[in-house]
Amino acid sequence: MNNEVQDIIAKDYEYGFTTNVATEIIDRGLTEEVVRLISSKKGEPDWLLDFRLKAFRHWRTLEQPTWGHLNMPDIDYQAISYYADPTASKKQGPQSLDEIDPELMRAFDKLGIPLEERLEKAGGMAVDAVMDSVSVKTTFRKTLAEKGIIFCSISEAVREHPDLVRKYLGSVVPYRDNFFAALNSAVFSDGSFVYIPKGVRCPMELSTYFRINARGTGQFERTLIVADDNAYVSYLEGCTAPMRDENQLHAAIVEIVVENHAEVKYSTVQNWYPGDKEGRGGVLNLVTKRGLLRGQHSKLSWTQVETGSAITWKYPSCVLQGEGSQAEFYSVAVTNNYQQADTGTKMIHLAPGTRSTIISKGISAGRSQNSYRGLVRMGPKAEGARNYSSCDSLLLGSKCGAHTFPYMDVQNPSAVVEHEATTSKISEDQLFYCQQRGISPEDAVGLIVNGYAKDVLNKLPFEFAAEAQKLLSVSLEGTVG
Amino acid sequence: MLEIKNLHATVGGKEILKGIDLTVRPGEVHALMGQNGAGKSTLSNVLVGHPAYTVTEGSVTYNGKDLLAMSPEERANEGLFLSFQQPVEIPGVPMNYFMRAAYNAKRKHLGLEPISSGDFVKLMREKRKIVELDSKLTSRSVNEGFSGGEKKRNEIFQMAILEPSFCILDETDSGLDVDALRIVAEGFNQLRKPDTSAIVITHYQRLLDYIKPDVVHVLINGRIVRTGGPELALEIENQGFDWIKNEE
Repeated sequence: MNNEVQDIIAKDYEYGFTTNVATEIIDRGLTEEVVRLISSKKGEPDWLLDFRLKAFRHWRTLEQPTWGHLNMPDIDYQAISYYADPTASKKQGPQSLDEIDPELMRAFDKLGIPLEERLEKAGGMAVDAVMDSVSVKTTFRKTLAEKGIIFCSISEAVREHPDLVRKYLGSVVPYRDNFFAALNSAVFSDGSFVYIPKGVRCPMELSTYFRINARGTGQFERTLIVADDNAYVSYLEGCTAPMRDENQLHAAIVEIVVENHAEVKYSTVQNWYPGDKEGRGGVLNLVTKRGLLRGQHSKLSWTQVETGSAITWKYPSCVLQGEGSQAEFYSVAVTNNYQQADTGTKMIHLAPGTRSTIISKGISAGRSQNSYRGLVRMGPKAEGARNYSSCDSLLLGSKCGAHTFPYMDVQNPSAVVEHEATTSKISEDQLFYCQQRGISPEDAVGLIVNGYAKDVLNKLPFEFAAEAQKLLSVSLEGTVG
Repeated sequence: MLEIKNLHATVGGKEILKGIDLTVRPGEVHALMGQNGAGKSTLSNVLVGHPAYTVTEGSVTYNGKDLLAMSPEERANEGLFLSFQQPVEIPGVPMNYFMRAAYNAKRKHLGLEPISSGDFVKLMREKRKIVELDSKLTSRSVNEGFSGGEKKRNEIFQMAILEPSFCILDETDSGLDVDALRIVAEGFNQLRKPDTSAIVITHYQRLLDYIKPDVVHVLINGRIVRTGGPELALEIENQGFDWIKNEE
């Protein structure tokens, strides 16, 4: 009898290679000296060092949160190196493509990340490539600069646009926000900075590609996106890491500020190494992402496809401060083998006429645990505000778990909050129906899962959607017997 | 083309088929009749390899190959098609997407390249006419929100696309009104090639008015107890099954 969808083998992780490149890694451990060292390596101004030190001192007073529905391994924060620079052999940092270590270029080629601008005609996507703690290369800068758009690594932005960075850094996610946010604020290394000036529609997708390479290091990326009045930008983020038998820490912060009538679309395809089939290794993805819809009628949408990481702890959130602002959260989270995900969003409505939509699709297979956790808060001034939430869970097999933790806090009687939730299983009959039509069980699962996640995948930019579809099928390969 | 010998099968540990012998030659249509629980659907499920059914004894040879050794999808790609009694819904998967996956799986099995989008759209349009299937249905999710009749028509539509060489129609007539029955049956007849074989499972003569069987079998309690020509179906229509039981 085979009346149960079983897990047998999982497809090998495709991005698990390591790159041999001379990397400068500072000693393991986290002290005030380390924070100062990171800051001095980057030649930062005093105000930023001061910000880091305040964050570090605050972090030391905090305990790692335990409220997630996660079985978190103990993290020894003193056993991690907080800075790894694969471009260190070129002392000034690479000035042109020719100066980048060919090994690094090959690494990003292998990942399908176009670092050469001649690909403009083919794709037309600007990329910031970050390996370990350092931005390797940002493409299309000149084209963008003509429109006044700033797209560079955050380290560069600190040097070249200090006033902008100082104005917005920590304005959405203060270092006091939570344990991991304080840690990131103390030791953040690189990430992207985007500024779209008033009235400018960014002519191409901007994307940042994060790659952890070095052993025994953590990645603490920091991304800051500002869309000024009437501006528009679509931003993509992709992540991979080599296969390692140790857990690697990734504690990022993404802050987004959206001014009057501006719109930001932020899409993530997160495919960090998920650990092996027995649950050894994998990235601990502990991330704080938040957008402030500061302007009237501003718009922000988060779309995420989460297939990687051993543990995901991530709640891309929106603070709807501007009157009539609109926020969206679309999520597909897949867990297989021993992966754990506790992910969702917060929609904080502070102004009248604000609207938010939450569409969450969880898919669990193997022995994984997949939780949706979401907060919808209607503040006292959120007159006539509305939220619609729909959280679906799909189970493959009987050894995995799906959980939903919705929180609602409505302080304005005219606000409307709707919540729908479903849990379903891929039935043996559905699989068999596909098989009887000649479709293999593997392809059938891919077909059904992609159908289930369609509403979210449709929100991704076109080139990304195809990749995400493939990724969903691959992540679940071997889940049926 | 299909040779079943002494087939025994269980579901949930209970023996349902108790020694079936049946041979279907190319181009033949065999009707399989019998009351509920006689084992008709079990036989069709065993032939297409449903995992809930276990074969405990016997053999099935299909075009000279051991059918029981093949995976369900291999059987399908080798030309075996089941029109399900209760087609399952697959939410979120558009019908045209599903059919293209199935069509290309078969092409791959035959060592052919996948069909182009343009050609597939043409193929769908052409085949839809045969069963008078609304174009709206093919852009909806597989069977989702289809009426009973639409589901059955959709099964024959899939058959039209996949062009199987051996069809099993499992109570395709149940839940159909007279007009729908005619459309489905005539669709089937139109699609049949001279060497297409079929097993038609039904309770009633009315389907057999349209799809003329060469041989009629009566299945009682997991065994074929009587085999005859088309006239056997008419006798059952007039007198029910009890007289056969009483003769046993």
